[in-house]
Amino acid sequence: MSRSTLPTARQNPFDPPQELRLWQAEGPIRPMTYADGHQGWLVTGYAATRAVLGDPRFSVRSELAHSPLAKPTSLSVPPGFFLRMDPPEHTRYRRLLTGEFTVRRMKALEPRIEAIVADQLALMERHGSPSDLVEDFALPIPSLVICELLGVSYQDREKFQRDSAMLLNVEAEPKRRETAFADLMTFLSELAVRKRAEPEDDLLSGLAAQRDLTEQELAGIAFLLLIAGHETTANMLALGTFALLSNPARLAALRDAGPEAVAASVEELLRYLSVLFHVVRVALEDVEVEGRTIKAGESVTLYLAQANRDAERFAAPEELDLTHSVAGHLAFGYGIHQCLGQQLARVEMRIAYPALLRRFPGLRLAVGSEEVPLRTDMAIYGVHALPVAW
Amino acid sequence: MKRGKGKSVMRVTVDVDRCSASGQCVLFAPNVFDQREEDGIVILLNPTPAPEDHAAVRQAAIACPTACIHVEET
Repeated sequence: MSRSTLPTARQNPFDPPQELRLWQAEGPIRPMTYADGHQGWLVTGYAATRAVLGDPRFSVRSELAHSPLAKPTSLSVPPGFFLRMDPPEHTRYRRLLTGEFTVRRMKALEPRIEAIVADQLALMERHGSPSDLVEDFALPIPSLVICELLGVSYQDREKFQRDSAMLLNVEAEPKRRETAFADLMTFLSELAVRKRAEPEDDLLSGLAAQRDLTEQELAGIAFLLLIAGHETTANMLALGTFALLSNPARLAALRDAGPEAVAASVEELLRYLSVLFHVVRVALEDVEVEGRTIKAGESVTLYLAQANRDAERFAAPEELDLTHSVAGHLAFGYGIHQCLGQQLARVEMRIAYPALLRRFPGLRLAVGSEEVPLRTDMAIYGVHALPVAW
Repeated sequence: MKRGKGKSVMRVTVDVDRCSASGQCVLFAPNVFDQREEDGIVILLNPTPAPEDHAAVRQAAIACPTACIHVEET
């Protein structure tokens, strides 16, 4: 089998690059060449993805893993950035936070999120049609929510949004990503010092009260929560709206749906769009996966967006069917690193999509669908802008 | 899994040490699972769920990212 690199060009805004589907049909795992020339693996099968992500013989540490898309940088993982740690370090940090993101705690945020969504819709209406849905709706809502939850000033958003966008840009020059990283860490380190000196009623102040956490660790945790807390949901809101607008019947169904049907629709949008389209692991020892031997030190890319289209697991996986019931999709990952903030993301989406469609029943694309700029250059997929009118 | 005519009995156990507090089980089967206030770790509310909750418990077991829900049906 010939070695390929990971394609990023999309033939259709909602489907993974077409090669992924062809490769999945050939088998759940294949060899792949990484951005730095590393000879590793690509997994597209659902069962194989769960097997790797649930196996402690695979590490998440980025100093061991290679990137399928981005050029190597000198970036190191900041203290506290537990998404890139294995147990037991990972467990220690995650356990400090899991109580903050339970189903119950996130449900309690509903009224506040509803108010934020309503404010943002009112702002859109005042500015008038047309509007860029990313700028005016999809990005502000999760940004406002995570800022309020963490205790980060929303006035500083331009700063952290610019830096986090640069960090997620897989095509950017390594130097520019390194600068963005340093700037964001400086900003968050200063914030950590402030939260410890002058605590307020927010999540970071609560963490700062834990004396066994250093200010650098606090900054690293804040880094993770801030980026993960707005880039992901923002892209789901914008790309999800784009997908809904491309089919008026679907759009009307979600607009008029009750809470349970909305919840099911959100799960199906998560499965179908999988904006976190891939994650990477590295074998700590030789491991057999679907008849292939992954050698110790070899990287494995799990292409979640294609695994979520595996016909062996999902009926009619190429269709966006909002009446589908989809337990066990991989949009939030799988295993011990599965998204900590998933219940927050769900609450935000369940409120935001129907509120948008109800406020603007005539919502439509303001440009041709082929003119919408796709985020094929970013580690989290979506659209760079979504011009809409009503 | 038996699909006989008689009433099936379901026994659920959870491995608290493996739980990653994703909350998936609470989403699917809130009558059977809850989360601890302090750290979000699973609480098994009912180890022998009522038949009307069986389908939801099976879904929760599939969705659990650390496979810490074990379901036995007889």
